[in-house]
Amino acid sequence: MTGMSLAGASSSTEVPLKRRLRRAERTRQVKALALVLPLLVFLLFTFAGPIAGMLWRAVDDREVRQALPQTVAALASWDGKDLPDEKAYAALAGDILAARASGTIAIAAKRLNYALNGFRTILISTARNLKAVPEPGTARETLGKINPAWRERSTWTTIKDASGPVTGFYLLAALDLTRNVDGAIAAAPPDQAIYRSVFARTFLISLSVTVLCLILGFPVAYLLATLPPGRSNLLMICVLLPFWTSLLVRTCAWIVLLQSKGVVNDSLHWLGIIDEPLRLIYNRFGVCVAMTHVLLPFMILPLYSSMKAISPAYMRAAASLGAPPLAAFLRIYVPQTLPGIGAGSLLVFILALGYYITPALVGGAADQMISYFIALYTTETANWGLASALGAVLLLATVLLALVYGKLVQGQQVTGGMKN
Amino acid sequence: MSEAPSLRTPSQRIAWTATIVVSTLVFIFLITPILAIMPLSFSSGSYLTYPLPGLSLRWYGDFINSPRWMNSLKNSMIIGVASTLLSMVLGTLAALGLAQWKSRLKPLVLAFVLSPVVVPGVITAVGLYFFFAPIGLTGSYLGLILAHTALATPFVVITVGATLQSFDTNLARAAASLGASPLDAFRRVILPLILPGLASGALFAFATSFDEVVIVLFMAGPEQRTLPREMFSGIRENISPTITAAAVILTTVSVILLATLEGLRRRNERLKGSSA
Repeated sequence: MTGMSLAGASSSTEVPLKRRLRRAERTRQVKALALVLPLLVFLLFTFAGPIAGMLWRAVDDREVRQALPQTVAALASWDGKDLPDEKAYAALAGDILAARASGTIAIAAKRLNYALNGFRTILISTARNLKAVPEPGTARETLGKINPAWRERSTWTTIKDASGPVTGFYLLAALDLTRNVDGAIAAAPPDQAIYRSVFARTFLISLSVTVLCLILGFPVAYLLATLPPGRSNLLMICVLLPFWTSLLVRTCAWIVLLQSKGVVNDSLHWLGIIDEPLRLIYNRFGVCVAMTHVLLPFMILPLYSSMKAISPAYMRAAASLGAPPLAAFLRIYVPQTLPGIGAGSLLVFILALGYYITPALVGGAADQMISYFIALYTTETANWGLASALGAVLLLATVLLALVYGKLVQGQQVTGGMKN
Repeated sequence: MSEAPSLRTPSQRIAWTATIVVSTLVFIFLITPILAIMPLSFSSGSYLTYPLPGLSLRWYGDFINSPRWMNSLKNSMIIGVASTLLSMVLGTLAALGLAQWKSRLKPLVLAFVLSPVVVPGVITAVGLYFFFAPIGLTGSYLGLILAHTALATPFVVITVGATLQSFDTNLARAAASLGASPLDAFRRVILPLILPGLASGALFAFATSFDEVVIVLFMAGPEQRTLPREMFSGIRENISPTITAAAVILTTVSVILLATLEGLRRRNERLKGSSA
């Protein structure tokens, strides 16, 4: 920096110096970049690469292609209007025999079963009953006899749709959509159309938690920002201690407090307020309480920063100009806290969207958020395409909100964001 | 009460009182769960409720004598310390570089470096699970250390970066003009001044790894289960008082980290106050 201004001052006389300084500056920049590079490479391997891989899995569709290569090739020219020709049937018969021998048939069956319920049975039963390559010209008849499903057009369009190498199938499924037999996008059958309601639930829980955090956090941040530093530092510990306490500890504590034989129910019973224990956990109430507890510090800290930056002179000026206290508060004070409110609310909302542990431990079946389904399809049912597609939707929502958050915080970097 | 609002009218006094009352309730809400769970770990009975039938250390004994819990504590320490060290090296270098680097790409690079904090844990975990499984890094310490390092490094970059921002670069120039080599200047002038920032970064990094459970859920084999992971199973199956003992141990670690951090912050503020 100083180098450049020096060069500017003496540019008329010392051209070589200017060039030398510029070269020195360039070396400095290269060195600076070299210092950042190890981290960038590291994150490419441990973060960006894995996430890109997940996004790729949301559209990757190679199982059927690998197990039934000749069928896929034969169907490439099929227009999907009538049943495919004898050539496709013969290719399928050959593929099934080969795939059964190599063991890839189960993988293809699993993939096709996602698209058409019962396809696994069709394919496996055909594989079991097909003894040898059918005589030329009899493949259609043979397969149709083994399983009448091969006489249905939808069976074949399912294979064609799944022939890859990329597909929108999982992404559509994540939005409760599917392709019908004519290839048009349509609503998914009701028994599979659960994800929109899961997204809506995730959104609703996150919104409730954000609003709760704002209602509870605003007075606390105001108090901390207006009290003299000595006292507010002491109270700040009450905010920071939960912030630093393990998520698992806090979740565990809420279960101990709220369960049917827990501390709260016992106390209420002992006080004679209730006879039967209240149901406070493993439902929506428990999820909202525990998540609000976990995320409240993320609201209080940005709010506190923005309030701390408001000069008390404004309020005094408003008062001296005759504004009633409430009007001064609403029209002078609150507008200045809006950046803090925005930053805190967005932060809490973003963090809440991706929550997994707390709802998994204190929620019931009807309170599971989108992360739960992503985890479920990854580890339990191994439907990796759908898990990745749901992950892609969640990631998109998070990134968009984070961009808004970035813009919001950028404008107020001087006053804080999360720095304090 | 120099900065407290001037309370002239009764309505203002009521509003201020209401603020105090509501805030007190919120403070109780924040602190009670953590405080309520602690005495239960010293109970002599096996029910998680008050009043305690008597006091004992039997659940701590349970914890210490259980190979499962002790192994998880050991794992948390190994993974925490290793990922802290690795993230300190990568994060400090990057923060030093970013402080000097001038480019239009800088905000983009910074956003990328900080993104592991924002991306939901499940997404990172699923991505890593797919990515690390074929190369044999799931069910291994190395895989977990690498993953936790990725999560912890942003905190190091932020903390060390903030320290460098307030660092007076003239001091480094002065050292250079007095004949110190760049390495000497770093070791004897820059390092001592940014050391508190480094220490805060290390604490943040350790806390991040020590508290992380989603990635561990996906990637750890039975051998690598950490303390939060063991608590997760415990809470799922049946909350025994041993879990409350584990919770108290975890909380104690958090309190030590928080106290150290607060001490560093105060020291830093004092130094700033004396130099200004």
